[in-house]
Amino acid sequence: MALRVKALESLMVEKGLVDPAALDAIVDHFEHKVGPRNGARVVAKAWSDPAFKARLLADATTAIAELGYAGGQGDHMLVVENTPTTHNLVVCTLCSCYPWPVLGLPPVWYKSAPYRSRAVIDPRGVIAGFGTVLPDEIEVRVWDSTAELRYLVLPERPAGTQGLDEDALAALVTRDGMIGTTRL
Amino acid sequence: MNAPDPLTLPNLPRDEAGPVFAEPWQAQAFALALQLHAQGAFSWPEWADALSERLKAAGPADDGSRYYEHWLAALEDLVTAKALASGPELVARRYAWEDAYRHTAHGRPVELIREL
Repeated sequence: MALRVKALESLMVEKGLVDPAALDAIVDHFEHKVGPRNGARVVAKAWSDPAFKARLLADATTAIAELGYAGGQGDHMLVVENTPTTHNLVVCTLCSCYPWPVLGLPPVWYKSAPYRSRAVIDPRGVIAGFGTVLPDEIEVRVWDSTAELRYLVLPERPAGTQGLDEDALAALVTRDGMIGTTRL
Repeated sequence: MNAPDPLTLPNLPRDEAGPVFAEPWQAQAFALALQLHAQGAFSWPEWADALSERLKAAGPADDGSRYYEHWLAALEDLVTAKALASGPELVARRYAWEDAYRHTAHGRPVELIREL
């Protein structure tokens, strides 16, 4: 596998189709600089700043860009909000479209065929598998990502966090909470 | 990979699925697709199609562990379909790298001896 990648990469570099420095920058960026932390900051800001939250729900792409997270394949974003009566779950049934600029690289299970199919057929079962049993009165909405539109779940702000600042709030936000496989 | 995993730091959301890339070549393949797309070699929907074709062919038993193998195969599909490189060119280059690895003394950087 490694040599197959090397073969392809060296040919593309030679033909001037890619810049090797840009490749290294991408690898470094996604390995070290991007992770669910960016998404956690978006959520923490939405919890603490009602005006930002309103902008985020109205036009997520632009609101997220305010925080400096843009580009890549997260260009068109829609933020879906959990409420006491609704829970949102994100999947990509076709392949593995994922909002990389805010969540980093997708976890292995997100890309697996069982998750991609079960999230649609049995979302409650999938969420239960992650440790959250949703009561019947909570409606589950499943959002199927595409190459053009990626979803981010805005979890509910946990109770008892009134005194916390954005940094402390961001530390409470998990990747799975923003995919919707868990409820914070 | 030997690099420290930032997700294991305290206060950061932990990734219970482990490192996002299991091996360095996966990150390279990932970056290559992004960069070829950024340079306009193909559109993102074209890439999504090529990848979903490969994933579909892998079938429902696929558990995601071979994801980057499908990713690389899809990238090779698209590169050859777009005539950015031919299949024989890719194979020849892979053999050249294998040869270079075999003939490089331990501890020295591996380099291709070009016959260009």
